[in-house]
Amino acid sequence: MGSSWLQTCYCLLPTAYCQFLIAAYGVRPAGSDPTHGSPAILITSALISGLCLGSMYGLIALGFHVTYVVSNTVNFAQGSSVMLGAVLGYTFAVRLGLPLPLALLAALMLCAAFGLLVERTLVRPFVARGSNAWLMATVAGGIVLDNAVLFLFGKEPRSFPAMLSSTPINIFGTGVFPLQLVIPVVGLGVAAALALLLRRTRHGKALLAVVQNPDAARLMGINVRAAIAAAFAASTALAGLAGLLIAPLFSVHSDMGTLFGIKAFAVAILGGIGSAPGVMLAGLLYGVSEAMITALFGSSHTQIAMFTAVIAALALMPQGLLGRTAIKKV
Amino acid sequence: MPARLLTARLSRRSLAAAAGALLLALPDAGPAAAQEKLKLGLVAAMSGQSAKSGEAIVRGLTIAADEINARGGVLGKQIELLVRDDESNPAKGAIAARELVQREKVAALFGGLDTPVSIAIVPFANSSKVPFMGVWAAGTPITRNGAAENYVFRVSAVDELVDIALVDRAVTKHGAKKPGMILINNSWGESNEKGLKAALEAKKMAYAGIEKFETNDVDVVPQLTRLKEAGADALFLVANVAPSSQVVKSLDRMGWDVPIVSHWGPAGGRFSELAGPSAAKVHFIQTYSFSGKLSPKGEAVLAALKKKYPEIKTLADVTPAVGIANAYDAMHLTALAIAKAGSVEGPKVRQGFYAIDTYEGLIKTYKQPFTAANHDALGSPDYLFTRFVEGEIVPLTQ
Repeated sequence: MGSSWLQTCYCLLPTAYCQFLIAAYGVRPAGSDPTHGSPAILITSALISGLCLGSMYGLIALGFHVTYVVSNTVNFAQGSSVMLGAVLGYTFAVRLGLPLPLALLAALMLCAAFGLLVERTLVRPFVARGSNAWLMATVAGGIVLDNAVLFLFGKEPRSFPAMLSSTPINIFGTGVFPLQLVIPVVGLGVAAALALLLRRTRHGKALLAVVQNPDAARLMGINVRAAIAAAFAASTALAGLAGLLIAPLFSVHSDMGTLFGIKAFAVAILGGIGSAPGVMLAGLLYGVSEAMITALFGSSHTQIAMFTAVIAALALMPQGLLGRTAIKKV
Repeated sequence: MPARLLTARLSRRSLAAAAGALLLALPDAGPAAAQEKLKLGLVAAMSGQSAKSGEAIVRGLTIAADEINARGGVLGKQIELLVRDDESNPAKGAIAARELVQREKVAALFGGLDTPVSIAIVPFANSSKVPFMGVWAAGTPITRNGAAENYVFRVSAVDELVDIALVDRAVTKHGAKKPGMILINNSWGESNEKGLKAALEAKKMAYAGIEKFETNDVDVVPQLTRLKEAGADALFLVANVAPSSQVVKSLDRMGWDVPIVSHWGPAGGRFSELAGPSAAKVHFIQTYSFSGKLSPKGEAVLAALKKKYPEIKTLADVTPAVGIANAYDAMHLTALAIAKAGSVEGPKVRQGFYAIDTYEGLIKTYKQPFTAANHDALGSPDYLFTRFVEGEIVPLTQ
């Protein structure tokens, strides 16, 4: 791995970023009483909040990555797939009373099935005609799903059963729900597994061959249709997994995924959509920066600062953090 | 032959007469048929996170309209309620209000829970001279909007007065010296930021900080940690039910046990389910509660609700009570104003509101509820503090 040093550097970025903030602003939050403020607590708690939410963004963004590397298309209904995971999990576990592991598994399977449906109805027909209309079609598909769920699931936000999220544990003076530590572990694990699967296994390489030259891949005996369909199924399953993981910390409702979907797309582009580690790293960086800005400067600055930073980062690194320059052969 | 001619002529004449009679009758009969109904509009959140508020408002308005209709209606017309969903979106609310006024020709509009939506409708109501009655959204500038001819009235809490009550409560009940604010980042949060600052200044009190958060924020720990580190000894919470429960969950995680004095957002839905056991720690303001010993009027309204909506079985099902009660009284007051005006013309109905002397309502007996200087029928003495106990909103006795 030639770029491992680079990855290490990026992993250190959140910490370096804090150091910079401390140096630049003396870290005392505006308006706070100097006798009370303890930057260490602020930073630790923001770091934990940020890593948890950041790996969520990363997981959803990995979904964008998977379909992009295989088919050069993405599913803009990713945000809605996050919601679908949580809503199905709630329906199976609470309304139908299934045991939690079974409910989670069933929800993930149905999310994958939704991915197959998206690919078959909203992507394949347009790509076959050489049109980019899949872009709008998947956005529309997400809106249809949100509203169908509103109609079928109900209008009120509901509470997901607690999974490792009822008793906080104490880490460096900050309360943390065990689930908040599980989410980054799952996120990083999935990113690593995905990178290995795509780069190191026969099936993975077959998937990557599809995007380079579908016709040649077909001649080599690769089932192109199945490969693309599998990528979409994996993509929505990843989003569903993110939804199931965040649900106990949040509430389940039909529009819960919209904002996640938007942030995750920003993260995917920021990380370099072709690189799984890049996407996950960008997710963590985004989550931690978001929490840091809120903790140190107050929430009114968060969105302005975050999206300005995204634009700046893309101006400096158009291919994203770990993305490679696309080579177009003419 | 002549006989046949005669009959033919006769029948032709009678036909013509019948047609003439019909023609004469038509101009009357047409509008009369249309005017049998008095159309009133509601623009509220019927879907999304605050959908339960819209349901409560519809129930309150409907029970009151049924009572009025059973007594012969207003100006001899039966009230018809037209409901539009604003999805908590100001742009959609403004379009819905326009559609109700311009196409449906409603005589008055009722508003929903969201202050940003109501604020978007206010300029249109004033310029089109159609009374706009708020039954929930508490933003101060909704009724105090600075218009020369103000068509906006309200039977609900007013942020400015609520904020004074919240500060009083934090000081007298919890001995707060340096409270912090955690407010939703929209015009409702802003309205309360002003109100709370003014109320604290009146008491010459300092505050630990003002933090904002978004409706879909999962984790509010960073904001709350800032307030904690700044030495907040009580929190003022202003947000709807789902974001309010994220604040409670975040406090649980931090293990920070701090008194929470809240605006009435938590009343808008299943707060105790969403926020968990700590929901009971949040003390929030209300204008009405169906708990405890009810007035005869309260008993009658509760019975009517149970009869009309069989899904209401226990007191936990008549939440949010404020939505039902405010809407019920607002419908009666609006009907009274139209009756006083003797017309459905906006300017006359506006004068009709000022002309109401006494109305024995559900929340209280209103005595001249509206004057040119005051468009809010409820004030500080009508507020009470409550909390959630097992899904039911229970008044706090002290």
